[in-house]
Amino acid sequence: MTIYAALGALEQGLVYGIMVIGVYLTFRILDFPDLTVDGSLPLGASISAVAITSGMNPYLSLIFALLGGFIAGTVTAILNTKFKILHLLASILTMIALYSINIRIMGGPNIALLGADTVFDPIIALGVAPHLASVLVFALFAVLVMASVIWFLKTEFGQAVLATGDNPQMIISQGVNTHLIIIVGVGLSNGLVALSGALVAQNQGAADVGMGIGTIIAGLASVIVGETVFGSNSIARAIIAAVLGSVVYRLAIALALGLEFGGFAFSPSDLNLITALLVITALITPKIKARLIAR
Amino acid sequence: MIVLDRCTKYFHRGSVNEVLALNDLSLEIKDGDFITVIGSNGAGKSTLLNALAGSFILDNGSIAIHDQNVTNWPEYRRAKLIARVFQDPLLGTCPSATIEQNMALALRRGKTRGLGNWIKAGERERFREDLSTIGLGLEDRLQDSVGLLSGGQRQALTMLMATLVRPEVLLLDEHIAALDPKTAGQILMLTREIVSEQSLTTLMITHNMKHAIEFGNRLIMLHQGRIILDVDGDAKTTLTVDDLLQQFYRVQGEELANDSMLLT
Repeated sequence: MTIYAALGALEQGLVYGIMVIGVYLTFRILDFPDLTVDGSLPLGASISAVAITSGMNPYLSLIFALLGGFIAGTVTAILNTKFKILHLLASILTMIALYSINIRIMGGPNIALLGADTVFDPIIALGVAPHLASVLVFALFAVLVMASVIWFLKTEFGQAVLATGDNPQMIISQGVNTHLIIIVGVGLSNGLVALSGALVAQNQGAADVGMGIGTIIAGLASVIVGETVFGSNSIARAIIAAVLGSVVYRLAIALALGLEFGGFAFSPSDLNLITALLVITALITPKIKARLIAR
Repeated sequence: MIVLDRCTKYFHRGSVNEVLALNDLSLEIKDGDFITVIGSNGAGKSTLLNALAGSFILDNGSIAIHDQNVTNWPEYRRAKLIARVFQDPLLGTCPSATIEQNMALALRRGKTRGLGNWIKAGERERFREDLSTIGLGLEDRLQDSVGLLSGGQRQALTMLMATLVRPEVLLLDEHIAALDPKTAGQILMLTREIVSEQSLTTLMITHNMKHAIEFGNRLIMLHQGRIILDVDGDAKTTLTVDDLLQQFYRVQGEELANDSMLLT
């Protein structure tokens, strides 16, 4: 792997790491498998791209992307809590609806950001090389998001979020409206995913309605890789592990794409298959292990 | 004063499995009453406690706690006034959180949870003191996650958590039934201590007639969603297990008589 490929993987790992924290919030903390993310990632990208092309400050556009993602998440959570639609189905419905919404926002299936201002400009203006500037900006955002989420989970409200995923009956008996917790939690998760999508779009110079496909699977893979490699025995550690897991995952993908067996090489379109196999392996190994030990 | 007025609750209403779990049940609970609740399986004991806690909304009737009509309050809102300990020791605590995290959650029962730190200065010391009163050595394990504790330890912790903030009424739903006899005895002693110390209004479901007589100042027996026996004061102190069993068989006999009438 060249140094550029490694830098590229690091950059991707950090920016998608923000998305992975979002997936961690729903999948692990709230025990709410949420596929909305496949729609809220391009939602964030669309909002930010449209805002920038109409002259908004790129940093300010991130706030709108975050808000858009938050609202998308609350829709899924409200469908689930108030209308008793199964969480998976509720999230698929929102995801599908977002496909149309994203095209409406962009006025087409994609939008280019060529020559437009991005969040990297101020850093590049300081004299940092462009390919390092994106790594720097993404690292900054990843650290900021990690710190905020760790702080949030240590507040009274955050502890109620943790308890809701752990033992809903207990926390209801302690006077917590778990519906509200799930709505805010899934909202926050999708807000982070949308923020990640907005940053990705600014980096690759375009927002595309198809850029969210496989987000949930990449997120899960990163969460699982992070837990396996870096452990999860405290909240702070688990959150940091999620981002590091994302980096390791992107490095592994870059490595796999560079492999060649005789005439065969992986193409980028094989990525979803590889990731799905990785997640399946991670999900079934504990069960197979338990069965072997039981014998 | 807690007033249940003509409460009715059906389960699976309109289906072949329809069950009338509470049948026009009325009950007045005075402040400081410690009521033991007995009855055969399906008599409506747990349904009565769940109705009070707000696990479901009644089909008919009303519930008032201290003149506040709580009939349509959701469960989480009633938790401000009501604390519960369940039969399953796993239900009362969060397994992946530590002992102190669980206690901090319970200390905020019914309060608004904001963005302040989850534990405040001095709370840890308070938790340690409270835990030392139950004599299980948990005061030195504040940072251990609750999933590591035994069922008995978890139930003791749940008892303590239920009363960190004084509830207007404490609901104990066969809270010792899943424990071994020795641990069950300890939890029962702890229950008596906490209830009398804070003079809590309490409802305790039990299958043990001796406990039902020995504990509390009032005893009610449920059958088919109705209260068929309600004794308190002196009448309760002179009550014997035989009396209760006779009462039990009398209602069951009536049931048999009804069945045989139907069959002949």
